[in-house]
Amino acid sequence: MAIESKLLSIKKVSISKRVDSVTFDHKHGELLGLIGANGAGKSTLLHALAGLETYSGEIRLDGRTLSAIPPHERARMVGFQPQATSSAWSLTVTDIVALGRMPWGDEKRTAIEQAMERTGISALATRNIDHLSGGERARVWLARVLAGEPQLLLSDEPIASLDIHYQLAVMEVLKQYTQEDRGVIVAIHDLSLAARFCDRLGLMYRGEMIAIGTPKEVLTEKLLSTAYGVPVDIDLERTPPVVLPK
Amino acid sequence: MVRLIETCLTPLLLFALLAIAWLSLSFGSTSVGVIDGINDWLQGETTQAALIIGEIRLPRTLLALIVGAALGLSGAALQGLLRNPLAEPGLVGASQGAALGAATVFYYGVFAGLGTLATAAAGLLGAAVALLFMLLLAGSGRPALVIMAGLAISTVAGAALAVVLNFAPNPYAMQELVFWLMGSVSNRGLDSLIILLPAFIIGSALILSQRRLLAALSLGEQVTESMGLSIKKGSYIIVLGAACLVGSSVSVAGAIGFVGLLVPHMLRPFVGHRPDRLLIPAALLGAILVCLADIAVRGMPLGRELKLGVLTSLIGAPFFVWLVWKERKKWL
Repeated sequence: MAIESKLLSIKKVSISKRVDSVTFDHKHGELLGLIGANGAGKSTLLHALAGLETYSGEIRLDGRTLSAIPPHERARMVGFQPQATSSAWSLTVTDIVALGRMPWGDEKRTAIEQAMERTGISALATRNIDHLSGGERARVWLARVLAGEPQLLLSDEPIASLDIHYQLAVMEVLKQYTQEDRGVIVAIHDLSLAARFCDRLGLMYRGEMIAIGTPKEVLTEKLLSTAYGVPVDIDLERTPPVVLPK
Repeated sequence: MVRLIETCLTPLLLFALLAIAWLSLSFGSTSVGVIDGINDWLQGETTQAALIIGEIRLPRTLLALIVGAALGLSGAALQGLLRNPLAEPGLVGASQGAALGAATVFYYGVFAGLGTLATAAAGLLGAAVALLFMLLLAGSGRPALVIMAGLAISTVAGAALAVVLNFAPNPYAMQELVFWLMGSVSNRGLDSLIILLPAFIIGSALILSQRRLLAALSLGEQVTESMGLSIKKGSYIIVLGAACLVGSSVSVAGAIGFVGLLVPHMLRPFVGHRPDRLLIPAALLGAILVCLADIAVRGMPLGRELKLGVLTSLIGAPFFVWLVWKERKKWL
């Protein structure tokens, strides 16, 4: 059971000097949040999982060594949404979402339409990306990854620079995606939303994973003040939970 | 409506291309029947129509079409690769390398054994060498570095060309070179196709094989790599393809500027701005525009010939200024 539900297994992974001997597992159907200060190594770790960085140590995806999976096959299994996406050309929303099908070499209509429905952008289908607001664009980038129907979705700070309405909308889409037995790993700065949506959190500090577990286990005053260097106010009993700097 | 234009664009351009080619064959100071001329020429007869069509207008038309297609296609590919609407085929250093190679032939008579093909061969070689240095300098194949390396190699080739001009053995050779650099497809003969056509086919095939990469690159390098595509390998293939196209064109027809810059811009709104769908229409429109410009050049009063490259520059340069202005507004 334990072995079967493991989507990702990471053992002593180091990436140049930015990530140091990180070990954790990620299960099917789990929303895992990576938290930590800027420069803690969250993005670097996501890049390695997406095949953009070389690493030492062991990363196994569905039991297979990640670096041994051919790139086009890996791209079908792992979808990656970078921190800052932009489009060089004034493409339409549909064309951008359809690019998510590239690893499959098709333009599967159902996958594209479903991705647009989930992110609530169906009405924008024929609009050009440069005519959309920041919040609308964020959902288009997410829809592009969803259209590829990856087993593992990696999202690097998808809600940074979004208003609270879109922050909730994006987090809800990610949460919903895990309910189909797929995995999502999201790098996130908003600790209250992390506590509210993520099943587990991994706290990174100077390239190391100093804690991993449920929000209750990780979001403690001691750990957070170490990781961020400021005292924090934590109320996880509240609905929704609140984690703020003092 | 946009979808309809997208579907009809290539057939429309193809039709326009055939019409322009027909116009180019029938246009000239002497009125001859195009079909009669081609028939006679194919049967090896030496009628006036056969000579005018087969020896003068047909090579000129074919060259204009292929050179235009090569410039349009390489412009679209480079703009897509570099994600920069101001990218120009001359950017990879291939144009300047080709000019340097050809100039060396003019002055020092290398490749004399090749006869009339010597210039073309030297131009192609110059483009290839310039490109090789550019690739070595750029290393990783990243777009920004390709631009910088291309600029550096263009400057080096430009300096070397100045040295060649400086030590020109006779003033007539210099005049010949300067005129050649202005770009023209007249008096070239069908044998220039021996170099141009294979280079065009190889270059186009290399570029068209990377359509997926160009589409993915719209969303940046990280998205592209995460979708399992190799940017490094693909960039090299596209740059090599563009060098084949630009190098062979410059060596045969000299510098015909701005076609590679203009054409992609004219077409982008009709292909939903997709860099992959832009390629074939850009080749067709490039061919149409250069052939039209050549017809215009032939229509000038006799005596003072306006060079084809000068005409395209006259039309293209103000457009370039406008593009820079438009780009600038984005950053203000």
